[in-house]
Amino acid sequence: MTLDAKIPSGPIEKKWDAHRFNMKLVNPANKRKYTIIVVGTGLAGASAAASLAELGYNVISLCYHESPRRAHSIAAQGGINAPKNYTNDGDSIYRLFYDTVKGGDYRAREANVYRLAQVSGNVIDQCVAQGVPFGREYGGMLDNRSFGGAQVSRTFYARGQTGQQLLLGAYSALSRQINTGKVKYYARRDMLDVIIADGQARGIIARNMVTGELETYLGNAVVLATGGYGNVFYLSTNAKASNATAIWRAYKRGAVFANPCFTQIHPTCIPQSGDFQSKLTLMSESLRNDGRIWVPKKKGDTRNPADIPEEERDYYLERLYPSFGNLVPRDVASRRAKEMCDKGFGVGSTKLAVYLDFADAIKRTGKETIAEKYGNLFDMYHEITAEDPYTTPMRIYPAVHYTMGGLWVDYNLMSNVPGLYVIGEANFSDHGANRLGASALMQGLADGYFILPYTIGDYLATSQFKAVADGHPAVAEAKGATQERIARLLAVKGKRTPDDFHKALGHIMWNKVGMGRNKKGLEEAIQQIAALREEFWKDVNVIGAAGDLNGELERAARIADFLELGELLARDAHHREESCGGHFREEYQTDEGEAQRNDKKFSYVAAWEHTGDGKEPKLHKEPLEFEYVKPSQRSYK
Amino acid sequence: MSKPVAFLSSSVGRKMLMALSGLFLCSFLLVHLYINLFLFKQDQGAEFEMYGHFMATYPLIRPLEIGLFAGFLLHGVIGIWLWIMNRRARPVRYSVSRAGDNSTLSSRIMWATGTVVGIFLVIHVNGFFVQSRFITPERPMFEIVREAFTNPWLVAFYLIALAFLAYHLKHGFQSAFQTFGLRYSRYERLIEFVGMLFWLLVPLGFAAMPLYFLWAY
Amino acid sequence: MNFTLKIWRQKNRTDKGKLVTYAVSNIPPDASFLEVLDVLNGDLVRKGEEPVAFDHDCREGICGSCGIMIEGRAHGPNRKAATCELRMRSFPDGDTLTVEPWRARPFPVIKDLVVDRSAFDRIMQAGGYVSVKTGQAPDANAIPVPKHHAEEAMDAAACIGCGACVATCPNGSAMLFVAAKVSQLALLPQGHAERKERVERMLAQMDAEGFGSCSNTYACEAECPKQVSVQHIARLNREFVRATAL
Repeated sequence: MTLDAKIPSGPIEKKWDAHRFNMKLVNPANKRKYTIIVVGTGLAGASAAASLAELGYNVISLCYHESPRRAHSIAAQGGINAPKNYTNDGDSIYRLFYDTVKGGDYRAREANVYRLAQVSGNVIDQCVAQGVPFGREYGGMLDNRSFGGAQVSRTFYARGQTGQQLLLGAYSALSRQINTGKVKYYARRDMLDVIIADGQARGIIARNMVTGELETYLGNAVVLATGGYGNVFYLSTNAKASNATAIWRAYKRGAVFANPCFTQIHPTCIPQSGDFQSKLTLMSESLRNDGRIWVPKKKGDTRNPADIPEEERDYYLERLYPSFGNLVPRDVASRRAKEMCDKGFGVGSTKLAVYLDFADAIKRTGKETIAEKYGNLFDMYHEITAEDPYTTPMRIYPAVHYTMGGLWVDYNLMSNVPGLYVIGEANFSDHGANRLGASALMQGLADGYFILPYTIGDYLATSQFKAVADGHPAVAEAKGATQERIARLLAVKGKRTPDDFHKALGHIMWNKVGMGRNKKGLEEAIQQIAALREEFWKDVNVIGAAGDLNGELERAARIADFLELGELLARDAHHREESCGGHFREEYQTDEGEAQRNDKKFSYVAAWEHTGDGKEPKLHKEPLEFEYVKPSQRSYK
Repeated sequence: MSKPVAFLSSSVGRKMLMALSGLFLCSFLLVHLYINLFLFKQDQGAEFEMYGHFMATYPLIRPLEIGLFAGFLLHGVIGIWLWIMNRRARPVRYSVSRAGDNSTLSSRIMWATGTVVGIFLVIHVNGFFVQSRFITPERPMFEIVREAFTNPWLVAFYLIALAFLAYHLKHGFQSAFQTFGLRYSRYERLIEFVGMLFWLLVPLGFAAMPLYFLWAY
Repeated sequence: MNFTLKIWRQKNRTDKGKLVTYAVSNIPPDASFLEVLDVLNGDLVRKGEEPVAFDHDCREGICGSCGIMIEGRAHGPNRKAATCELRMRSFPDGDTLTVEPWRARPFPVIKDLVVDRSAFDRIMQAGGYVSVKTGQAPDANAIPVPKHHAEEAMDAAACIGCGACVATCPNGSAMLFVAAKVSQLALLPQGHAERKERVERMLAQMDAEGFGSCSNTYACEAECPKQVSVQHIARLNREFVRATAL
């Protein structure tokens, strides 16, 4: 298999326009003859489903939630980037492109990133027109804030609930199309397999989560907008139900999985407080605009933070990175926090936390200004920790947050399986080895509103479709395999709960495949995960029946997939003998402790092909070429 | 859908009729109170009688009276209808409810206070209006009032009913403004203040009469 | 900490259901209420019993999935917090807590504490949007919006659609939910073109779903985890008058 990214030729700023012109169109009368299945209703899925329906396609939209509005995009807090240059601080499409490629530590495709920067302005326009209440200035114009990894203010925000507002905007567009009948929408459906007939993705098998029935949905193309796989770590900022099953099933049907080891650890999360804990809560990166991160200079200092005088505090990010200070990219901030705690400077009862202090900002701008900007985040922190961040510094610690890796897609967002498109966090495309803050919302909506609706037309217009109905052998095979898998899970009847296994997997992942990775640890992890997987299939206890609302069964099926994906993640991390972005191999670091890339050997996308259960996956490489942003050691000093 | 149909077919439209009729009845209360205050005048009811006579004979008063009855009827009928619909919206009740933690009692028992006030109205209208208009029109109104309010049992009943009315008005008055969309931050204080004057002073004014008669005669 | 939980168990839509008493022990005060249900479910599974079904997802108070009546209060005793944000330190040790699903005719129970809130989606589909196609938008700064309007719109838009307003309203009314969207789009110039149709259609759908009507108890505002104000209901009422009477 050769992976053809299908990047259009020509200068980077003309590629997308030229490509749009060169793509075949489906004429308006013919659009209604095509059905597109969109799985997931987050930012990417909802915006894609709505936009495709507006164009005239028949759309089938499914989500495993009870409502599209529950998708985890809703939890994004800080903002969305666009190079509008409303702040007159020198921003441009090129600068956003440059920042994103650099922020991703030179492991993203230039052409994709440039296109993302190009359409991101339209995304803001679209959202405003939908009635998204972005923050504004007194003159009525849109306000911007700054974010990590950039020296311009280009982030649009709706208080600390930007993801919610953008999702509700996309949800409203989707709702409108459901109302017109162009979108057939199905809630509480869990996609469990993809149907590939005659070499094309033609449908999916989904489980009705209320009745337990397996249902078949057929169409001309399948779009996966099913989010990332951060929950492989058990504790993450992802929602409890966020899972990798849809993309993992596609992987097992032949779609290749790119850069699974590129996972992002977010620096500002509320630290874990005990073993009972079910998830971690993120505090928006925007807090780093006004908060100052510090630890005591003395190891194991147990004094009350207020009692530690200024000169005994180490504002280590400001010290190490004078020009970016507290606004260094996420991977850097996370790694430094871990380093400080590893060295014994950590604070709080677990010593796995650093302070994020707003005392100076409150002194400078007043409590009210801070409350207006971050009030809801402060409330949330207070609710969880019973500490008041207006008077006591927050305690924060990094947590798994986002996965840059995902199914491999070409420039058209199509995987190597014809007709199988992957958008949003589920694909690997635009963020390289590290995503900058406020770029996930940008990518999800850019994919859904402005890229996929064009590129999918080209595929439909240039492909031949044979009739595929319920009786097709591929349908029967997929359904049978799914049925058999569910029956297998229920038949184990062991002693341990699915959650037990998930926690055990998370423990391995966080300790050995987390923020700091090394060869030995990764090799152990690969073995331990395989052993855990074996035990899972011998000793898991899935209570209840297949034909019922059964949360345990849903969870068990997802964990079974995580137990396979975790291993692939470790393998990828093991093979990538360099440090880049969120992937930090302890063996490869500069004298100053920064990630040391190896561009000669690893300037490629690692795409893994499934070769059968129990067999080693096969590595394919898509070389990355940098014509515009020349790779250099990232420096935020 | 034509506008009036759209208005009436919506639960919000019906709520507005409820508020509209409620405020209309409130305005009646003010007029009623104003006239009744003449009972306190030390003229053995002369001026009060004059107003009574005017009310009974002036031709324009008839349609107003009919309107008033219609107002009561509308308020009662829609109230019952909304109450039934609202009950149906929750067929299974909670086994534990702590409604007192999030709302006032007066707002939750409008159906009960309204029912008591409704029953009171029937007795009240029968005792005064029907008596003076149809049964013994020759008898001075002042006499009827004096006879009634020197009966301590009846006075007690009136006082209790007026307490219910006050409680009904406590929520109803400002609630009507919310329903019209006027309980807006700028006017909120004003509405609440006037509302408080209304629910406190109007029933107090009415209550003063039986007490006065009981004490004076 | 130790607690006695009386939890509503109901197999499916048609089952009658009943309260079942469970004990949970050794709960750290920092645990969230949903984590207590996790602990209980772990115990139940180990005993071979069916775990308690409940909706939940983000566990940080924004997705709106969770929604449980705890001891007679929607989302439990704390204000400004969804069930997932409720920590056990809010209760005295040894407390008995009655745990019930949202109760309203338009929110039928699917299983245990899981209810079907799709009525909310249908109300949104009836008109909770601005009819703008992808690509039709003018530049984002083309229409200035006064800051206080944008802020107020955001106050309304903060609604997470959890249904606590319906659950707590003595009338099972969805007015706060509907008002949040109507008010948000009435405050922004982008929403003005369709303001009349929007309020009519959304209210008609609300009535068709069988929600009760508002009697201004303001319980919804008190229990709303996002503190959406009943002033938005006042604005909805004005929008309604504008659409049907003026």
